[in-house]
Amino acid sequence: MGGLDFHAPVEKEQEDAGVVAHNTRMGVILFVIYVLFYGGFMGLSAFAPQAMAKPILLGLNMAVVYGFALIVVALVLSLVYMRVCRVAAKK
Amino acid sequence: MIHETSLMAVLIFLFFASAVIGISLYLGRRAKSAAGYFAAGGNIHWAVNGIAFAGDYLSAASFLGICGMIAFYGYDGFLYSIGYLAGWIVALFIIAEPLKRLGRFTFADALDNRFNSRGIKLAAAISTLVVSCFYLIPQMVGAGALVKPLLGFPHYVGVIVVGAIVTLIVTTAGMVSTTWVQFIKGSLLVLLCTVITGMLLYRGVTTQPVNAQGKACTIAARNVPADQLLGTVLPEEGAWVGKPYARVQDAAGVVSVWRKDADGTYSAAQTLAVQKDGKKFVNGLPRGRKAGERDLDPVGYASKLPEGVKETGPVGPFGFIRTMQDSEVILWGNEKITEANGTVTTIYYQKPTAGKDFMTPGSSPTFKKVRSAKFVDKLDFLSLMLALFCGTASLPHILIRYYTVKDQISARKSTIVGIAAIGFFYVLTLFLGLGAMTSGALDVTDSNMSAPLLARSISEFLFAVISAVAFTTVLGTVSGLIMAASGAVAHDLMTNFFKIPLDEFQKVRAAKISAVCVGMIAIVLGIIFAKMNVNFLVGWAFNIAASANLPALMMLLFWKRTTKQGITAAIIVGMLTSLGWILLSAQAYKDVYGLDPAQAIVPFSQPAIVTIPLGFLVLVLVSLFTQPKPAAVPAKA
Repeated sequence: MGGLDFHAPVEKEQEDAGVVAHNTRMGVILFVIYVLFYGGFMGLSAFAPQAMAKPILLGLNMAVVYGFALIVVALVLSLVYMRVCRVAAKK
Repeated sequence: MIHETSLMAVLIFLFFASAVIGISLYLGRRAKSAAGYFAAGGNIHWAVNGIAFAGDYLSAASFLGICGMIAFYGYDGFLYSIGYLAGWIVALFIIAEPLKRLGRFTFADALDNRFNSRGIKLAAAISTLVVSCFYLIPQMVGAGALVKPLLGFPHYVGVIVVGAIVTLIVTTAGMVSTTWVQFIKGSLLVLLCTVITGMLLYRGVTTQPVNAQGKACTIAARNVPADQLLGTVLPEEGAWVGKPYARVQDAAGVVSVWRKDADGTYSAAQTLAVQKDGKKFVNGLPRGRKAGERDLDPVGYASKLPEGVKETGPVGPFGFIRTMQDSEVILWGNEKITEANGTVTTIYYQKPTAGKDFMTPGSSPTFKKVRSAKFVDKLDFLSLMLALFCGTASLPHILIRYYTVKDQISARKSTIVGIAAIGFFYVLTLFLGLGAMTSGALDVTDSNMSAPLLARSISEFLFAVISAVAFTTVLGTVSGLIMAASGAVAHDLMTNFFKIPLDEFQKVRAAKISAVCVGMIAIVLGIIFAKMNVNFLVGWAFNIAASANLPALMMLLFWKRTTKQGITAAIIVGMLTSLGWILLSAQAYKDVYGLDPAQAIVPFSQPAIVTIPLGFLVLVLVSLFTQPKPAAVPAKA
C-alpha cells in the first residue's frame, strides 16, 4: 500500500498573491450584498409579517417572491463571482 | 397509517443498492493511498463534484423533512429551503478557495495550517465528530421512516440496513466511492423531483382528490350540528373534562371523537389510542386492515378553490402557487390525552386553513412565535435562519468535498454547480410540499412520509422509484458524514494529535474501523430518535456546526491576530454552549425528555443568535490575551 504517508508533502498549486487578494475582495463584496438581501428577508418575516402576505408580482405574495428571489440571486451572484474571478486570473 | 408493502420499490432499491456497492467495490482498487481514501486523490472533475455536493447536501432532511413540513404547515417548511441554500453563499464567497488552499484531508488541516497546534487538532476533531453525529441522527431516522412503506418492516430495520450498506461503501473505497454514490443520488433526486413536479402541475388542484387507482379519498365530516351527531354523546370525564371534544358512542359500542368548532358545530376527528399493554386502537376499533379493524384515513385536500371551482385542471408553476394562496385547505392538528388507566389517545383534528395564512411565515408550531408582538418571541426564528445561513459552510462532510478537486478554480466551479442543482431542488420542494398537502394521501402520524405518499397518489411506479431514490438519498449523505467522522478519528486524532505510531496497513485499518464504529453509533442514534421530525434535528446540527466552526474559520482567514489558543477556545465554547443550549431548550424537553416544555431553562430553542457571536467574542478575547511576544529589537548603535 504505497503512498499512505500522512505527512508526505502536499502538491500545492501555483498561486498569484494578487489574484488571491482580488478574488477574496470580490468574494467579500458579493457576500455582503447577499447578507443584506438575506437580512432584509429575515427582518420582514420577523417584524412585518403582514407585508409578506401582500401579492407583489404575478399575483404571488411577498413571501414567495422574496424566497424564490433569494435562491435565484444566490445563483446570479455565484455566476458574477465566477466571471470577476476569471477576469482577475487573466490579468 | 399502515402502508402497503411495495415489491416494486424493494426491487428498485435493491438495484440501486447493488449498483452503488458494485461501484464501491470496483473503485476500491483505486483508493489505496491516504490521499485516495480521504480525498479521492484530488482527481474528481469539478462538474461531478458539484453534483456530488448536491448529493451530499440534499439529505433526508431536505427531501423528507422539508416536503413534510410544507405539506403539514405550508410556507414555514420553505424557510428551511431558503436558509439551506443561502448558506452556500458563505461557502462559495468566503470558505471554498481558502479551505482548498490551506487544507489537505480534513477541516482541521485548514484550521491548523498556520499553527501546527495539537489543541486545534483535538478541538476540530471533536467538533467534527459531534456535528457529524447530530447530522447522522435525522438521516438514519429518515431511513427508518422509509422502510415501513417499502418493506413493511419496523423502523429499526431501515436504520440497520442503511447503516450496514453505507459502512460497506465507505470502507471499500472511501471518498472515491462516496463521491460517485453522491453523484448518482444527486442526479436521480433532482431529476425525479422535476418529473413529479411536472406531473403535479399537470394534475392541478382539486377539492375531491383521487388516488392512483382512481378511488376518491375520504372527506371527513365537518360542521355537523350537535343534535345530528349519530349516537350517544358520552359525558365528559377524567382527562376529557374541559377539552373541545365530544365522544360519540354508536349502536355497536364504538366510540368516535368529534372536535367542537368555533361556531358550535362539530367536525370528525381521528384517534389513535395506545393502551398500556401496547395495543393500538383507531377510532375505537383495533388498528388494522382486516374486518372489524380500522386504520387512519389518508388526509389533505383543498376544501375551497378560487372562484368556487372544483378543480383547476393543469396549471403553470406560478398559477399553482396563486391557487394555493387563494384556496382553503384542510390541515390537521393533533393533541394527546392521557387517561387514568395509562391509555394515551392522540386526537388528529381538522383545521381548515386559508392559503393567505399558511403561505406566509409563522403558520407552524416551529415558527408561530414570529407572529407574536414580543421581540424575544421572534428570536427563535431569527436564530434558526442565522444558523442555516452560517451552518452550511461549517459542516465537516461538506468541507471535505473541497479536497476532492484539483485546485481552487475547480473548488469554485463545483460550488456553483452545486448551488444551481441545490437551488433548483429547493424551488421544487415548495411545489412538492404543497402538492402533498392537497393530494389526499398524507399520513397524519408521519410528516416525513409526505413526499413518497404524494408520488403514490400519482402512480405506484413513481412511489416505488421515489422511495428507492429516497433510500439512496440517505446512503449518499450518511456516507459523506461517516467519511468526515472517520477522517477526524484516523487523521486528526490518531495520527496528528495522539501521534500513534502506525504502519501503513494499521492506518488504513484505523480509518475503516472508525467508519464501522461511527456507522454503529449512527444506527443506535437513529433508533433512539425515531419519532422526531428530521428537519428539526438538522436545524440542531446546523446550530452546533455554525457556533463551533464558523467563528474559527472566518477569523483565521480575516484577522491576522488570531492565535491558536483563540481558535481552540472558540471551537470548544461554541460547541459546548450550542449543545448545552439545545439540550436545555423547550424542544428537547418536549421531544427528548418528554417533559413540560414550559419548564425549559433557556428562553428559545435555537441557540445560534447567541452562540455564534459568543464564539467570535471568545476567539477575539483569547487571541488578544495570547498574542505572541514581539521579537526583541536590537538597540541602535
